[in-house]
Amino acid sequence: MEKVIAAWNLTKEYDGLLAVDHVSFEVNRGEVFGFLGPNGAGKTSTIRMLVGLTEPSEGSASVAGYDIRKEIVEVKRRVGVVPETSNLYDELSVWDNLLFSSRLYHVPKRERAYRIHNLLETFNLEDRRNTKFGKLSKGLKRRVVIAAALVHQPEIVFMDEPTSGLDVVSARSLRRLVGELRAEDTTVFLTTHYIEEADQLSDRVAIIVKGKIVTIDSPEKIKQSIRGVPVIDVLLSHEPEESTVKELEAVGAVERQGRRVRIEVEEVTEAIESLIRIATRSGILIEDIATIRPNLEEAFVNLTGVSSDVMKTEKEGRRS
Amino acid sequence: MLMEELRGVYYILLKDLKAYYFKPPNISWGILFPLVLALAFSLRNPAGLTELAPGLIAMAAVFGTTSMEAIVITFERRTGALERLFLAPISMKSILAGKILGGAVFGAMISGVMTVISMIVFKMRIQSPIWFSISLALTLLTLSSLGSLVAVSVKEVFEAQTLSNYFRFPMIFLCGVFIPVETMPLPLQAIAYLLPLTYSVDALKNTILGTTNLSVLMLDIFILCGFLITLFVFSHKLLKRSVK
Repeated sequence: MEKVIAAWNLTKEYDGLLAVDHVSFEVNRGEVFGFLGPNGAGKTSTIRMLVGLTEPSEGSASVAGYDIRKEIVEVKRRVGVVPETSNLYDELSVWDNLLFSSRLYHVPKRERAYRIHNLLETFNLEDRRNTKFGKLSKGLKRRVVIAAALVHQPEIVFMDEPTSGLDVVSARSLRRLVGELRAEDTTVFLTTHYIEEADQLSDRVAIIVKGKIVTIDSPEKIKQSIRGVPVIDVLLSHEPEESTVKELEAVGAVERQGRRVRIEVEEVTEAIESLIRIATRSGILIEDIATIRPNLEEAFVNLTGVSSDVMKTEKEGRRS
Repeated sequence: MLMEELRGVYYILLKDLKAYYFKPPNISWGILFPLVLALAFSLRNPAGLTELAPGLIAMAAVFGTTSMEAIVITFERRTGALERLFLAPISMKSILAGKILGGAVFGAMISGVMTVISMIVFKMRIQSPIWFSISLALTLLTLSSLGSLVAVSVKEVFEAQTLSNYFRFPMIFLCGVFIPVETMPLPLQAIAYLLPLTYSVDALKNTILGTTNLSVLMLDIFILCGFLITLFVFSHKLLKRSVK
């Protein structure tokens, strides 16, 4: 696998405070790499160092094969950045904003109009081409900002909290776009504090807390590493009697809540067969049954000690 | 590489002119400001306007270059739009040069209107048009660099305006716009010679009236170049520090 981003002991200190604390990681070409952590964890500071917006206090990194300390202009040619805020020019039209971006990134003159047309089509912005950026809705602004980051066809796209503050439809279409970029072999470095977003989109996830990377792996492996025991969630036709519960406890640890029973099991298929047998014997109907495997949220809480509620609160706070 | 940098400067200039400077309210202000200035001084002293013209052109340059530019830079910094430029594959020097040129072009429009008014209405004649153009261009670039230094030193738009006035008004009164520097008390003369507008007014006056020899003019131009380089270097340093 070709490494397109490699960071070694990357560190950023602001006024004596370590925002990023000696982080090291590698990102492969064509993968979606999720950088997950609560606000202030060091996600944005890491991106800012990788794209040349701030210098590392210590350590280094190479992006697209170029050293961020010595060859930052070469790095900038090859990356597109979608910042957290939609910071294009309010007074310019959508077309003029994209044209300006294409010019700044040295897109050949003969290709500019063609590429902008394509992007407007991809992002359903054709009818807004002459609308001033400042007059667009939040969701449309986000689309234009992403289009501006792609106009020079970068090898790597850095997206800093791309769905933050977006409505459900816009967020969904943006997630679809990330999938399309991956299909085109574009590397996507995505920071987010939405656990489910990192889970759905990323090939690999790095969890960062207080400037330190806690773990890096695929979402599946991170989940597996936390707890290998699946849980079977059963809704019974009526509350089980004590004798039935005792039988269920032979299958696994039982947690009861009225008609709902949760059992931690070793092996799912065998456990379901046992459950059906016990229920039939006891004259109870199984109205619903589901297997709950550990999710990334649990893994995140387990690994970081940060309550998932903190992330949810941040999410709500940002949406309001 | 150099061509890419120069193109970057040009595109930033075009973008700034379109997004900020050449908006109808700014264009009308750019025409009205020198008109009102000329009218006010001509009513007070109709005969002396030709003598005052170099100072008025310099004054138009001061307000033209610094008024909008400081706002543009601080506004872009506040909205994060300036950071977009830092993400592009061009140097920070080129970004700064593009910004300074924007202010200089707007200043050229206002001081150009002032020059045309002086020539048409008050029959001012420029004795050395080429040297006048060089002196005015250098004045505009230097003052625009001063505007950029002010803008990168502060965070808020209103701070930029206030800080600009600390430079603008002393320059208007001390640098020979209304009163010849030589007639002022010595301490004020000393301050005047530390300000770039003194050399601008001197160069413009001499090229319009044709009252000096080339060596004196060259000295003014040389000093203005020194101010331009110094202000650019300091602006660049402060801008660079802001992304450390």
